[in-house]
Amino acid sequence: MALSPADIDALWVTLRLAALTTLILLLIGTPLAWWLAQTRFRGKALVEAIVALPLVLPPTVLGFYLLIALGARGPLGELLTALGLRPLAFTFAGLVVGSVLYSLPFVVQPLQNAFVAVGRAPLEAAAMLRAGPWDRFFTVVVPLARRGFVTATALGFAHTVGEFGVVLMIGGNIPGETRVLSIAIYDHVEALDYAHAHTLAAGLLVLSFVMLWLVYRSNRHAASVMP
Amino acid sequence: MSLEAAFVLEREGFRLDAELREAEPGVIGLFGPSGCGKTTLLRCLAGLERARGYCRVQDRVWQDSRQEVFLPPHRRGIGMVFQDPRLFTHMNVNGNLRYAAKRADTLDQLAGVVDLLDLGPLLMRASHTLSGGERQRVALGRALLSRPDLLLLDEPLAALDAERKREILPYLERVQRSLEIPLVYVSHSLEEVARLADRLVLMESGRTIAAGPAADLLADMALPLAQRDDAGALLIGRVEADDPLYHLISVRVGRDRLRVPRHDVALGDSVKLRIPARDVSLTLEAPQRTSILNVLPATVVAVGPAMEGQSIVRLQLAGGEALLARISMLSARELALEPGKAVFAQIKSVALV
Repeated sequence: MALSPADIDALWVTLRLAALTTLILLLIGTPLAWWLAQTRFRGKALVEAIVALPLVLPPTVLGFYLLIALGARGPLGELLTALGLRPLAFTFAGLVVGSVLYSLPFVVQPLQNAFVAVGRAPLEAAAMLRAGPWDRFFTVVVPLARRGFVTATALGFAHTVGEFGVVLMIGGNIPGETRVLSIAIYDHVEALDYAHAHTLAAGLLVLSFVMLWLVYRSNRHAASVMP
Repeated sequence: MSLEAAFVLEREGFRLDAELREAEPGVIGLFGPSGCGKTTLLRCLAGLERARGYCRVQDRVWQDSRQEVFLPPHRRGIGMVFQDPRLFTHMNVNGNLRYAAKRADTLDQLAGVVDLLDLGPLLMRASHTLSGGERQRVALGRALLSRPDLLLLDEPLAALDAERKREILPYLERVQRSLEIPLVYVSHSLEEVARLADRLVLMESGRTIAAGPAADLLADMALPLAQRDDAGALLIGRVEADDPLYHLISVRVGRDRLRVPRHDVALGDSVKLRIPARDVSLTLEAPQRTSILNVLPATVVAVGPAMEGQSIVRLQLAGGEALLARISMLSARELALEPGKAVFAQIKSVALV
């Protein structure tokens, strides 16, 4: 059955949110994962624990604190208001902030593992061939860790698509702005509109499955070229 | 060429306190038992370890801890071949070579290096399909293309079996001859070092204990080298005659002439001969009608203790070259060997190295 304009809006919001979140996560997760893979700093375990928190916390807990922090009377909200900006609660930007925190471990951990697996040996070899730090990172680390990047991208994207609790707490349900697919499905079920719920739920299921399958397939393929 | 370095590095249960001072071109053999700090010293030279100290190659100071100077590894102009070849697995052989050539601006030398090391047939191969010896050849080529001011080879043959070693040694010799830069060759095989090195630096538990021309150090009775089972002198000579019928060549060493099993060398070539101390026996009179081809008159310089029940004797040949002989303590006493005594050294085996 065809999607209603409201459902198409929800799909569009979801895809935009997941794409933007994944992009931001790769930009901040890559240096963070690299630092975690390299550092001998004592506080490393502390940072790792903070990064991993979203894995165990109920999303509603994260969403609750974000709501308090980002709301009009929260510390960040007041700061933004003082700067003449809107508070982030119940906005798309707020959703992006929440999603970035919520999906952080799904991007950082595969990258960190991939960087550790690359090891120091090829980097030292590249340094002996006159490659500087940036050069080494982009010509040696990135290609050797590319399975980690594929996994991190797919997991970060898929996990954001599947988000519900955080969105519910800080995004509300504003059509075209913060109403994502998972919320739309929930609304359909609440309204006993099972047919619409089915369409969206099945679509999400297939999308997630195909993405994960492609990731695992590309990893197996990569494994056969690079033992 | 010149190389001057001194490093101190403290590690848990290990202390490196080493120095190198080399003014002549050629191959410096860094020799010592496993775990004595040879690799660590190389890593300090390369800037891969942050030791305290000083390092200068030619007129460039790479490191001077007192002045807070520390040039990072990629700006030092070091070529290094590690024990494990460390080829980039995401590139084929050609990619690995070009990685070096692009950064050192030596793309015009690529063909020459490929030629020197016979890499042509390997260029399109993925690194994991290469044999151990082939990988080291590629690693060596890559290091040469990085246009180094100092080439460091960290036991490049250690992981290879005897046959692969024989396959790659000639390439190393070719590289050695084609280079005008210092080359530091680390090994715990005396044979390899004797074959390749012009000068030797000996290490023991983190310290450099001696340095000098290889032939001098190998015959120095005060050094632990003379106590090894494979102790032996190194002679440098020139091929004088070829006797294909008996598969022998004659090599002129100072005032003496030695006959050596034939090898792939030409008349006039300069060659190195290694004479194991255990294969040298001594007599007081010139032996008559013996099967031993090389009997040289010599003078005893010193007699010292060797392993249980044995003595090590340092001899001087007519031209001044040093030779070591290991004989039983009893024989040394019965022959009344003492400095200045004239003897005949019977050399049972000579290896062209």
